[in-house]
Amino acid sequence: MPMSMVHLSDDDLALHYYGEMTASEEHRAAGHLVECHECQQNYGRLTRVLAFVDSAPIGEAPDGFERVAWARLEPALPPRRGGWLSWFVLSPARLAWAALVVVLVIGAFMAGRLTPATTPSAGAPAPASAERVRERILLVDLGDHLDRSQMVLVELVSSENTGSVDISSEQARAQQLLASNRLYRQTAATNGDATVAAVLDELERVLVDVAASPSTVSQEDLDTVRRRIESKGLLFRVRVVSSEVRERQKAAIQERTGQRTLDTTKS
Amino acid sequence: MPHTDAAAVALARDGDSEAFRSLVERHSCAVYRLAHRMTGNPHDAEDVVQETFLRAYRQLGRFESRANFGTWLHRIAVNCSIDLIRSRRHQESGADAADLEYFEAAAEDRVDPSPERLMLSTEVQERVGAAMASLSDMERAAFVLRHFEGQSIEEISRALGLKANAAKHSVFRAVRKMRLALEPFVES
Ligand SMILES: [Zn+2]
Repeated sequence: MPMSMVHLSDDDLALHYYGEMTASEEHRAAGHLVECHECQQNYGRLTRVLAFVDSAPIGEAPDGFERVAWARLEPALPPRRGGWLSWFVLSPARLAWAALVVVLVIGAFMAGRLTPATTPSAGAPAPASAERVRERILLVDLGDHLDRSQMVLVELVSSENTGSVDISSEQARAQQLLASNRLYRQTAATNGDATVAAVLDELERVLVDVAASPSTVSQEDLDTVRRRIESKGLLFRVRVVSSEVRERQKAAIQERTGQRTLDTTKS
Repeated sequence: MPHTDAAAVALARDGDSEAFRSLVERHSCAVYRLAHRMTGNPHDAEDVVQETFLRAYRQLGRFESRANFGTWLHRIAVNCSIDLIRSRRHQESGADAADLEYFEAAAEDRVDPSPERLMLSTEVQERVGAAMASLSDMERAAFVLRHFEGQSIEEISRALGLKANAAKHSVFRAVRKMRLALEPFVES
């Protein structure tokens, strides 16, 4: 055979198949494939396997899944957006007020005023400690906060490279998130949760940058924000904290359920 | 029931739960398929479907009406799948590379599958499903994104939070394992 007889490896062939080679690699691979029977055979086996994969209906949903999906989903949907609750929670001006309400509710709980004074029913859960209640409220809100922040970061990192970019939507959300982020960061710091506080601190810096920038930014400005998000691995760290928060939430729910079972056995 | 996704989104945003239901019914099977391929099992796929629509519902107000709802939802579903894979990743041993050798040895021991005989489509599905199940979580995610979703290795590395080289090697290992498992059935 006339050509340089370095055969294409299996991995080279995979890169060639998916169009992931550089122009010069591609040139060499295509030239070699024309000349070399052995590599042609090997490439033929690869393409047949991948065509076989494509011919199989993998991961199809079971019949009637769309109805099952809705039946599971409907009870889990949060209260109607646009209602008083979302207006109340999302408005940054009212966040301090919301925090005050939480404190008042907990205060009332501690004083025993919210626990029904008359006829404690047999199956009623034991009153959780104020600590626990506060933790549960915080976890739910913090989880949502992190989800929303993640979405903003993802959109910024993945927005298209086309000259100047309109980030007004991300900006408006960054502004909204900023107020609550401060609240959570301070709470985390006060509770001695250093990891969460550090992630929220870094998140806050990016949110400030985004909120303070003009609604249409140049490609370079956007790249600076992107580099900031990427260099600190911020997205990944937010995801890690977010899944940790979900785990804690689950544990808190299990704890509560366990408590209830215990209570029923006693009575 | 609204005819288009855009109309349904507009109604759902104003609190019309029937409109949101129509979006769930139109898209849940596609989300399930993606999630099942990414996570490798039906239970996780169901959880991802649930989480995807919950996130979509919470974020409906931020959905740009000129965008395609299916594409938007798809991106949320990929993220939810990755979150789930990540959250269970610490449970997975770091044996991604080592297990390829076991796999190669096992492939050699296999009895002759008699490729001449025509395979039923359920059989094809089983073979491919088993091959996919043999991949590690990261290999499967990388392979699904590369092969089924048409994402570049660079995009995959960003989505999975891996270095480009690590993402590339996850794809390589996945393709090698798929070939080892399936070549006996496609020999001509
Ligand atoms: Zn060759």
